Amino acid sequence: MTERGIPIPHAPGFIANKTPRIVTSRFDYEDSFTIARYEETGGYQGLRTALSRTPEAVHGEVRDASLLGRGGAGFPAGVKWGFCPPGVWPRYLVVNGDESEPGTYKDRLLMELDPHQLIEGCLIACYAIGLSQCFLYVRGEMAVAQERIAQALNEAYEAGYIGKNILGTEFSVDIVLHWGAGAYVVGEETALIESLEGNRGMPRLKPPYFPASIGLYGQPTIVNNVETLSNLPWILSNGFEAFKAIGTETSPGTRMVAVSGHVKRPGVYEIVNGTTTFRDLIYGETMCGGIRNDAALKAFVPGGGSAPWFTADQLDLPFEASQVGPEGSMLGSGAIMVMDETTDIPAAALTLTKFYAHESCGKCVPCREGGTWLEQIMRRIVNGSGTKRDLDLLIEVGETICPGDFPHASNKEKGLSAVPFPYKMTTICFVGPSAFAPVHSALTLFKEEFEAKVAGNSDRNYVEVTISA
Amino acid sequence: MTFFTEENLELAHEIIGRYPKQRSAMIPLLHLAQEQAGWVTEEAMKQIGGLIGTSSAEVLGTCSFYEMFKRHEVGRYVVNICTTMSCALMGAEELLEHAETRLGIKAGSTTSDGLFTLEGAECQAACTEAPCLQVNYRHKYRVTLSDFDHLIDELADPKNEGTPRHGVLAQIRQHIPTERSVGAMHPESVNAPPVWIEEQKEANS
Repeated sequence: MTERGIPIPHAPGFIANKTPRIVTSRFDYEDSFTIARYEETGGYQGLRTALSRTPEAVHGEVRDASLLGRGGAGFPAGVKWGFCPPGVWPRYLVVNGDESEPGTYKDRLLMELDPHQLIEGCLIACYAIGLSQCFLYVRGEMAVAQERIAQALNEAYEAGYIGKNILGTEFSVDIVLHWGAGAYVVGEETALIESLEGNRGMPRLKPPYFPASIGLYGQPTIVNNVETLSNLPWILSNGFEAFKAIGTETSPGTRMVAVSGHVKRPGVYEIVNGTTTFRDLIYGETMCGGIRNDAALKAFVPGGGSAPWFTADQLDLPFEASQVGPEGSMLGSGAIMVMDETTDIPAAALTLTKFYAHESCGKCVPCREGGTWLEQIMRRIVNGSGTKRDLDLLIEVGETICPGDFPHASNKEKGLSAVPFPYKMTTICFVGPSAFAPVHSALTLFKEEFEAKVAGNSDRNYVEVTISA
Repeated sequence: MTFFTEENLELAHEIIGRYPKQRSAMIPLLHLAQEQAGWVTEEAMKQIGGLIGTSSAEVLGTCSFYEMFKRHEVGRYVVNICTTMSCALMGAEELLEHAETRLGIKAGSTTSDGLFTLEGAECQAACTEAPCLQVNYRHKYRVTLSDFDHLIDELADPKNEGTPRHGVLAQIRQHIPTERSVGAMHPESVNAPPVWIEEQKEANS
């Protein structure tokens, strides 16, 4: 119940499995978000362990755990922390809770169901690298997550876990809850910082590539994803060896993955990283249980709306970046969207392209103009008024955002070999390329569906415009 | 110049005090203004500018970037129907069309009784529970057409108090107790590492 007496419904979606549970271990409790339950189930022990060691030792533990960032880019957290230039103070922590990548649903669960775990993770990070203030940036459209975190912060301040002289040590840090106001691009870490400074949320020109060197107020700033930080209490309590015993050497631990679309049991699963395959997830009896109505799989998006698409040919790839990249896509933010044989592919691709066109911040011309054009061309194709020339035009426009070969999966039936990830881009951030990714995948893997939609429409008369000086 | 109520003004000062630079309070204060009035008025933007030491044009600049800030009156309930991929695959388009018929308005507009604003929206991080929608940023999951009708009947009932009106987000506020607060320092006033860090070791690590 909130202060005003309105009950908060529990966020659904999580499906427990027999796999090890690192970040979802408390999700089965009705009161998982309270400090009482948290303390009863080993909560704040990771912080106590951290405080009994030197900050360098704690940083070392996280580095040795090879914890890969769970926000999308998959960069090792411990390495990222090491990018803070020595001798530059103060340093800040910004928590990226702006989850809004299409298909992604995990950080909201972690914030609503186990906010103390996230808070403990923040405290461990601040202690390890000397961050003097933490800003917890939650997406604006998540009223319940904001409530749960506010309550958890109030409890944790009261109990002496946050603020001055934490647990009687000289470690002192404030955590400030902050929330956004509706802008996908703010999930990009430099745009997040702009937003936190009170500005329009537009990404900053790079280099510097990492805000760890120049970030919030021009100071060294660590931006970490909610799931990444939520792993830290477990790592500190159980040690990096126990963490690395799960998953593979290069992708240790677990990952939260949301599977949505045309499957029998859509849900959020905590899976073993590195070894679980897309087939395990989509067809596994204890996971999604196959495609709805036992239909055939047409395609799936493996890593959030920005990721190039896969088909049944890629089902046996594991959740391992070093294998998915060469196959032409990315694991991104742990979001799989499944399309069965009944799916209208151009229409499905349009739902993503219009998202990115809508969410372009307008800073880079190729994204602002290109995204809009991609959407408009796609719209007329889907509506049945496109022409054959439009199919080439899509690629032409896409190449102004991403010059050269765009990554795509291999396909036996169509005789395609994979073009590996990543792509070249003419924009500062990934919003522009993301508008093109679904168009390119759909057009490469399912060109016949586009051709069927434009068949019989005669090309418009294009007027060649010559500009003379 | 006085838009905020006395209580909210006090809260505004508390919020500003949490940030190393006061401009960072811009978005939280815009939310507070929207909570008070249901939308962001010009008076609110003027006062926010004054509070954080910037012009109302700067406030408008930030405000206009973010979709949640409404610069005109909207309905008591803003209904956002997700139309991005996962929801689209599960029938979002049909749901949105049904909503338009049920409410008698097009997406993007408000019913004449001022009760509902309908919007087609983008991914709401509830993709496994498609199709989903939000009422004032609170989720409803796996919404069927009849669920939608039922929801609208429920919200239209004047006795309904289950969903706070538009503008109200978290109903629990963060409160940092003064005796526990470390306090925000302007970045230029700090040039030494925090006390628990020994710089020499840090530099060598």
